[in-house]
Amino acid sequence: MKKKIAMYWGAGCGGCDVSLLGIHEKLLELLDDIEIVFWPCATDFKYEDLEKMPDKSIDIAFYNGAIRTSENEEIAKLLRKKSKILVAYGSCAIEGCIIGLANLYDREDIFRAVYLENETTPNKEKIVPGSRDKEEELELPEFLPHLKVLSDVVEVDAVIPGCPPTKPVLAEALEALLSGKTEFGKSVALCDECPRKDTKPEKIEIDRFYRWHEKQDDGKCFLAQGIICMGPATLAGCGGECIAANIPCTGCMGPPPKVRNQGAAMLSAIASLLGEMDEEKEKEVIESIRDMVGTFYKYTTAKLLPKGRVKDES
Amino acid sequence: MRKDAGGDDMGFEPEIVAFLCNWCAYAGADMAGTSRLKYPANVVPIKVMCSGRVDPEFVLEAFEKGADGVFIGGCHPGDCHYVNGNIRTRRRVEMLKKLLEQMGINPRRLRLEWVSATEGAKFARVIKEFVEEIKELGPSPLRRK
Repeated sequence: MKKKIAMYWGAGCGGCDVSLLGIHEKLLELLDDIEIVFWPCATDFKYEDLEKMPDKSIDIAFYNGAIRTSENEEIAKLLRKKSKILVAYGSCAIEGCIIGLANLYDREDIFRAVYLENETTPNKEKIVPGSRDKEEELELPEFLPHLKVLSDVVEVDAVIPGCPPTKPVLAEALEALLSGKTEFGKSVALCDECPRKDTKPEKIEIDRFYRWHEKQDDGKCFLAQGIICMGPATLAGCGGECIAANIPCTGCMGPPPKVRNQGAAMLSAIASLLGEMDEEKEKEVIESIRDMVGTFYKYTTAKLLPKGRVKDES
Repeated sequence: MRKDAGGDDMGFEPEIVAFLCNWCAYAGADMAGTSRLKYPANVVPIKVMCSGRVDPEFVLEAFEKGADGVFIGGCHPGDCHYVNGNIRTRRRVEMLKKLLEQMGINPRRLRLEWVSATEGAKFARVIKEFVEEIKELGPSPLRRK
């Protein structure tokens, strides 16, 4: 019997939906084994179709995107109810990803920046989400106070990491999931499969940091060049596509299984990789990393700040 | 975290986690004790073999679980039993302070001090200072109410 599959697009960029289409002809092969019962991005299904399905009737449900609105949360709960295996698909669903960086700000700050102060958004009536149109009585889903990830809301059975998951990750994940396995993927760090692995010196000593556009790339290990690369704290399996395109890893695969806090692990590693220097130089070099959260927690801010930015009075 | 801690600002007793290295800071704390020096009882000492063992994750977890302040005590630069563990800690603390600030936590809640095994008096003094400072800052915004 064909496996029933669902895919939902929560708060995300849509790259995950595209990544599933991006397996190209493999998708056609896959269609012999699966039946798509719900995929708003690619097929014409409505929420009520999903509501009408019997509980646990979907074999595998993929949830991509984070939970930013009450609608996302509602569908996450509904999908959990209707499916046997619920998969967090992509970095947003697993750990918040880029949009998780919004947890550095309050909802009110975000509305102000996006709807009121943005010069290219004419908004004379000063309408922000949540304001109600008196005549129409139209109610939109609530923009939640902070961004959540799928596992904050429902139990998750499996994860497919990546922003978006790359072909090798997907191929392995889909094969495993269709045969009933919920554990798959590698357990080592990206450095292990890095195309520049052989250029890594015995000992790395960084005397200053470069942002990657500031330096002529010499083709060697990025960290050895003083360019921050999240490879040591990031799970392997993606195939190192970014490195192959001469761009350092920013960590979208999340941490390897034995690391809980990806950013802290990388921050720790960076401290060990700095060469010998006096305290003053040390401060200067560290100061040059302008954005700690954006550098080390680019994809995991929602894990670092699960309830949004805190405010320390005084 | 202890249940009796916290309360309103008037009677606020901070909870402070102190990571102390086995060779210097912990011995310094011991020295403060054997010298009968008094320092506030707000610190929960955790002995580590080296201040370099303090993974940034430990610090973040302490804050996440509601600590009002985190203190790290290590050997003076040059005195590390493991050559340069304390220097690495100094760098990590520098980075962590920047990270905490971005998260919305006052970086003054994290403090690194060098305390040698003979500096019992210094240990008592810096702990007292730190407790005063945290009292001034009030409860951590991450403290579970």
